[in-house]
Amino acid sequence: MGWVLEPETKKLLAAAGVAVPIYRWARNLEAAIQAGEEIGYPVVGKVVSPEIIHKSDAGGVVLGIESERALRKIFKQFSKIKGFAGMLVEETLSGIELIVGAKSDYQFGPVILVGIGGTGVEIYQDTSIRMAPITDRDVTSMIKGLKAHKLLEGYRGAVPIDMEVLARMLIQFSEWVMALEGYFESIDLNPVMCSRTGCVAADARIILPVNQR
Amino acid sequence: MLNLQPLFRPESIAVIGVSLTNDRHPANVIFNKAHLRSPVKVFAVNPKGGEIQGQSVYPTVSDIPQSVDLAIIAVRSEHAPDVLDECIRAGVGGATIISGGFAEVGRQDLQDRMVTSARKSEFPFIGPNCLGIYAPPQVDTFFLPAERMVRPEPGNVALVSQSGGVLVDQLVKFANEGVGLSKAISIGNKALINELDLLEFLIKDQDTRVIAFYIEGFGKNQGREFVQAAGRCPKPIVVLKAGKTPGGQRAISSHTASLAGDYTVFSAVLAQYGLVEAKNEFEMLSFCESLSYYNRSFDGNIGIISPSGGHAALAVDVCAGHGLSVPELSEPVQKNIKDRLSTSVRGIATLRNPIDLTGSAVDRDFAVAAEGLSRAKEVDAVIVLLLPYSPGISSDLGARLSQMFRGTGKPLVAYVPHLEKYRMLIEGFEFNQIPVSSSIEGAVLMVEALRRCRPC
Repeated sequence: MGWVLEPETKKLLAAAGVAVPIYRWARNLEAAIQAGEEIGYPVVGKVVSPEIIHKSDAGGVVLGIESERALRKIFKQFSKIKGFAGMLVEETLSGIELIVGAKSDYQFGPVILVGIGGTGVEIYQDTSIRMAPITDRDVTSMIKGLKAHKLLEGYRGAVPIDMEVLARMLIQFSEWVMALEGYFESIDLNPVMCSRTGCVAADARIILPVNQR
Repeated sequence: MLNLQPLFRPESIAVIGVSLTNDRHPANVIFNKAHLRSPVKVFAVNPKGGEIQGQSVYPTVSDIPQSVDLAIIAVRSEHAPDVLDECIRAGVGGATIISGGFAEVGRQDLQDRMVTSARKSEFPFIGPNCLGIYAPPQVDTFFLPAERMVRPEPGNVALVSQSGGVLVDQLVKFANEGVGLSKAISIGNKALINELDLLEFLIKDQDTRVIAFYIEGFGKNQGREFVQAAGRCPKPIVVLKAGKTPGGQRAISSHTASLAGDYTVFSAVLAQYGLVEAKNEFEMLSFCESLSYYNRSFDGNIGIISPSGGHAALAVDVCAGHGLSVPELSEPVQKNIKDRLSTSVRGIATLRNPIDLTGSAVDRDFAVAAEGLSRAKEVDAVIVLLLPYSPGISSDLGARLSQMFRGTGKPLVAYVPHLEKYRMLIEGFEFNQIPVSSSIEGAVLMVEALRRCRPC
């Protein structure tokens, strides 16, 4: 398998100081129900499977699960997905969706990327890229360089996101990625939910280098 | 740390691989040029010995009766490693290896042998598979006959290129546009000496103010080393990257890998470290030109002076396309200029910015407008568009504008159509330190280069 499973990636990220949502990896229905109760509805449900890299495409991501009954139904659906290894039950987050990523570039080594995220990320193509490790000055220019930067700064009455938290996250992420040099091919944190209360990596994926698959 | 002095300031040169029968062999072209035109002593080497051009041909470099600083190696690739070793044994200072037939055709082994030998003895060599070094008057290792080469004037821009052909083309452009050259280096396969090594050398080179690179690609992690060194460099660096469109795509499995393509990353990282990226050869030319005259960065507000409203409007459009703003001048500034214009122009000129002086303008009107802009806070740099057809303009204009602008610290660039009959007018600018572009786009690019240049 060429990539690290989502719950394991989140564990690594949390250890690196990147905020992740409250989550439980439920391998059976009872665990899922318990997770739903502990976290509090509505929850997000995602399939965990070593065979599915793009979960949305396989119907493996469900937002807004409102009740235990809905959770049971979703769990049953997920259990039919190829390679099913359980369900990730997570808290529901809101905010602007960004993408934060890293790539092991042949010429430059680890480089990081930030941009407008979500499922439309490759349609918007609104990103800034810098070679890691980055500084505060790089963060400022990366954000200013996004076409959608005004959305982050508070547009038409919306509350601006917490820029300091985002800056710290990007800088820490860039340092983490330098430490991981040689052990990854690329990393996606998408979406990173940004609001005035902070930035949380709602989904994350680490693609391993070819020679380590 | 390799010592590159013997490559650029040799006092003696050996050309290894001359032909005794074919006078048009590349090695012979190099030998003839050096023999007839260079102030440096040059020797010919061929195992068969004999004589060419009335000069002895030595069987090996060790047979040469004096020490050799630079060896130009043009033998078949299979023989090159042995010839290199012979040079090292004979105490030669360095080499350029012109021959092809190495890694680019699958003979990495021959190339690696030379690199190993050279590293062990700290022997510098450029190439293989390259044109080598053009550092007049002492060194010209290009195998292009003298009468076919187009030579730029001496100046302060150095060019380093992975492609010999592109390098020569750029020299032609430099010559046509009047941009001066300090050194041109074709690095070919860059087996031992690469862009980073030359960057470090050129940072210390007194004759060089601007360092320009044509790059096809960096080796593993070498891009990182290069930009980090470039970030510390006090001189402006211009880079033109070839091969922007992606070749074969690996199976992409992450959004980041898909969004951060090789060229996108290259471009972003260069900007991050303050290098000026040229998108094509034309930008490369204009960027080198203005950076060779000016060394101050500025913030992007332009003043435009023109005798033609149409040209002025074109210039405003080009500025907008580059994100350069052309702000309106305040009333007092406009009035100050207007009051001093000549009577025939005063009533018909428009002064909001762009300043359209009309075709009746004389030298003095340009000078007054330029002086007004030099003191206007709204504007940080000035573009003068000149159409020399108007009867009121003389070839002294360049000198006058330069005198006035020199003390202000604001960059001034000019557009003058590059026609032979206006050579005197153009030189009036250039010899007085104002760069002149042959197009409006070029003039705007010259200003853009200053804005992007971080060490400036």
